[in-house]
This record gives sequence, C-alpha cells and structure tokens, in this order.
Amino acid sequence: MKYEERIVFALRELYRRFGYLQYKMRKFEEYDLYAGNKDFLISDNIITFTDVNGRLMALKPDVTLSIVRSGKDGGGIQKVYYNENVYRVSAAAQGFREIMQSGIECIGEVDDCCVAETLMLAVESLRTISQECILDISQLDIVSELVDALGAEAAMRREILKCVGEKNLHGLDDICRASGADPDAAARLKTLVQTSGAPAQVLPVLRSLGCAPAAVAQLASLTDCLDALGLGAYLRIDFSVVGDMRYYNGIVFKGFVSGVPTGVLSGGQYDRLMEKMRRRARAVGFAVYLDQLERFSGETEAVDVDTVLLYSPDAAPAALLRAADALSADGRSVTAQHTVPEKLRYRRLARLDGDEVKILEDMA
Amino acid sequence: MKTWLNIALPKGRLGDKVYDMFARAGFECPDILEENRKLVFENAALMLRYFWVKPSDVAVYVERGAADIGVAGKDILLEYAPDVYEMLDLKVGKCRMAVAARHDFYDDQRRTLRVATKFTNIAAGYYSAQGRDIDIIHLNGSVEIAPILGLSDVIVDIVETGRTLKENHLEVRETVVPISARLIANKASYEFKREIIDRLREGLALLAEEAEA
Repeated sequence: MKYEERIVFALRELYRRFGYLQYKMRKFEEYDLYAGNKDFLISDNIITFTDVNGRLMALKPDVTLSIVRSGKDGGGIQKVYYNENVYRVSAAAQGFREIMQSGIECIGEVDDCCVAETLMLAVESLRTISQECILDISQLDIVSELVDALGAEAAMRREILKCVGEKNLHGLDDICRASGADPDAAARLKTLVQTSGAPAQVLPVLRSLGCAPAAVAQLASLTDCLDALGLGAYLRIDFSVVGDMRYYNGIVFKGFVSGVPTGVLSGGQYDRLMEKMRRRARAVGFAVYLDQLERFSGETEAVDVDTVLLYSPDAAPAALLRAADALSADGRSVTAQHTVPEKLRYRRLARLDGDEVKILEDMA
Repeated sequence: MKTWLNIALPKGRLGDKVYDMFARAGFECPDILEENRKLVFENAALMLRYFWVKPSDVAVYVERGAADIGVAGKDILLEYAPDVYEMLDLKVGKCRMAVAARHDFYDDQRRTLRVATKFTNIAAGYYSAQGRDIDIIHLNGSVEIAPILGLSDVIVDIVETGRTLKENHLEVRETVVPISARLIANKASYEFKREIIDRLREGLALLAEEAEA
C-alpha cells in the first residue's frame, strides 16, 4: 500500500473513533454553488460541463461548500469526515489536477468544546503524518480589531492583511506611513505580527496589547486545553495565518510537517460562510492536503515485481498457475511472462520447466 | 537535531553584495569567494549551504522548499506572488519600477494605452487600480525598443540610473513602486528552523539600517 493510502486509512480511523461519520458525495455539483463563493475556494478555476438537461455543472473543486449546502439546520451537531478527490488548478502543474483531500467538518451548535476537538484532531492528523509537526493557530477577531484601528479602506485593508500573512513588517510600515495611520495603532499591529511562538510566550504579549479580550481568552483556554492533553509542544500562536475574513472568523489554523515545503493542513471557524449560505448554524473544520505527501515518505520501491516467472507457449496453464501461486505464497509478487519486459525491475528470475520451477537469477 | 540551512542567492552583483551582508551577520561560507564555476557551497561547521541561482528563480527555490531562505527583488515578488514570508527589506539593490515613454509622447486618456513590459502582472495591477484600459504586450527583454518602433506607447520596466532610457530618448513618466532586495523564507522551513532564521534576520536588519544611515 502506498504511503498516502496508509495515511488515509489512519486518518479515517482517527475521525471515526471520535464519532465523525463518513460523508460521501458525487464528483460534480451545480456550478452556481461555486460561482457564488469563488473567494472561498483555493483556486477560482473550475472545470465545468453542461449536463443533459442544460444545467451548468462543475467537477467539485472543494468539499466544504457541498457539505454546508447539503446539511439541515437544527438537530444538534453534524460531525462528518471525508476522503474525496477535488479538481483544482495547481500552479505547479500549470493546469488542473485531481487532488486527494481528507478532512472533517463540524456544523451546528458549535461551541468551544467543538473547536477544541477540531484542534485536537488537527494536531493528531499531523502526528499521523509525522511526529515533527507544528500547528499554527491564529484568532481573526484579534487581527481584525487591530487592523480596524488603522481606519483602512477596503483596498488598503487587503494590502495590510497581505503584509500580515507575509510577516512583512517593512511593508506594513510603508502602508501605515503613506496613509497617515495612527502610529500607536500601527505599532500594536506590528507587535502582533512579530509575536509568534509557544502560547506561553505569546499570550502575555496579547494581554499587554489589551485588544479583543474575549478572543484572547478563547485562544488561552483552547491552547490550555490542548496542553492538558499533552499536545502543547505542537502548538504555536502565529497571526500570519489569515483566512479570508468574509468567510472565516475566530480561530483559524495551518499545519506543517517537517520535510514538506507547504502547509499540509488548514482550517478554522467559518460562521460567516454559513451566514452567507443562509444557514443558521456555526461551523469549524479542516482539510488535509494529501497530494503534498506524495514525495514525503521518501519510500521508493527498489523493484517493480519480486519474481518474473518465464514460461514457454506450450506450458500447461494449471502448472503455470500453481507455480505462480507457490512463488507468491509468502506475499511476494509474481508476473508470468514469455520474456522479461523491458525496463522491468525484479528481484528474482525463474523459469517454468514442465512442473518444475528453476531459479535463474536471485538478487535478494 | 541541527539541520542544514539552505540559502538561495541571486547570481551577479547583487548576490555578491548580499553575501557580504550574510557573512558580516555571522553566516559566512569562505568557499563561496573562490573563483570557480561551482553553484553550491557549504560551511559544514555552521551547517550553511549556499546556492547561486538566476535572480528570477530565487523565489521558486524558496517557495518549493529547495532553499529555506533566499534573497529576491521586490519586482519578482510582486510579479510572481510566491507564497513565502517576506522577512526583511535589505535596502540594497535599490531601483524603481517605472512607466517610461518617448519624450514627445502625449497620453490621450480616451485611447487604450499600449504597454510593453516583462512584468505583466505588475503593469496590469497598476493600471487596473487607476481604472485605465490597457493593451499589454509581453516582451522578454530590450523593452526600451518597443516605444521607439511604435510597438507600444509606454513601457513598464525597472529603472536604476535612467541611462538606458536616456540613450533611447525615453523618460520616466510615473513611478509604479520602489524596488529593493528582500529576505524571503519558506513558510514550512520557518516553522522548523525559526531560531536560526530569526537570528539571521536580526543580524541583517542591523546591517541594513547601518547601510541606510
């Protein structure tokens, strides 16, 4: 089994253990679902086609929107997990790619217990991939309050948030200076961007800034909770994690594992998306990008097949199948061939002679 | 466990200047000063590995994690928008992205402006913010020739001293954005090599301030 497949099984088991039900969906949805929420998607390029009844359909570029649309308000908390392929433009491939994605969504009367459970599962998902992992957590209400204090109009706000996401302090300086923003408010935002690290280091700084006390208290209580579960070492508070504030609110996070150059997990609270989709419910969830793990394990097969079993055209089929069965009895693979296929890498070369198997080469 | 810090520097004059700053900040790699054609240099004692790469490729190496950190011009960061941290303005390699035109060019606002440039995203963003309709002509080099031959009305390009423009009877009409070299970091590398990257950033910040003073 390939490394990514083993991870998928392990994640599925993790989510199932905490009572998440598997969500299966079809490969395509009506295009309107995505067209109305393009900014929520990682890439706004979507593969579309016209269905037999003339409706414009899309190969799904995202799973969350479908889950949100399909759910019903009321009835407690809906907890689901998924392993689905999505279809997005990849900058690297300069074209569309099929990407395997796993994740969970928790929708309904979401409270801080749900958010804590989601964060715990995010850390455990990362640890399933590698023990050398970090979950960066941010709280958008804190960022929002400090950005609002600069009195920025929409375009400038976008530029400021871009700088926050890039940890670009000199860029923030330039924007604030050019706009004549309150130097005190600018200094407070810069402190926020500069301050990242273990919760024990960052929380006192946040308290000293005196902003968004309820949001700081939420951050403190959630990180305390994860610390009590023995997961504190994997957490960092880092405000460079900035989701789109038209969809996300409150806690947002991003996960990294050592050896993979981009984030492999991202998620957060998305109550604003729920409002936008006219759902009277709150929500939190995350996705794990399994395509990032393809080269991570470093596992490469030394051979394509364990044994090549050569046979002559007049060999008895029963004798051939018996020989192949015997050679593969210990779980090793066998391919029956007339000649050795070009470029095939094998460990053992054997020939069927009547009822007898003769080993010609053995590189084990 | 200590691991290597991989650093991508731009080949050429800017790279030499930037390496000098890195060395003065305590991140030296003496082998890099040898005259040879090698592209990778290591200081095993400090676990530093430097690569020389084409200036426009530095951001790619860093974004893809082949390098943990690197130095790239702001022009490249604006044009390609790589998903990296922009940690510091090194305040070297200063120039500006500007709109230039022939001395006798009159900008008739009622007409679509023809803009020749290597930096299509920067040009498109600049004119879109002004609500100006433009026709972008992507060129890979010798952009200055476009207005002379009537291929474009203006160019958007990097201007350092302005000498090339002057020799081709062009002049700067507007500054789009000031440019300088920036220290960039891969987002995942920063998570796992934060301490050394922060130490380097602090050392370089002091040198950048000194140079500016």
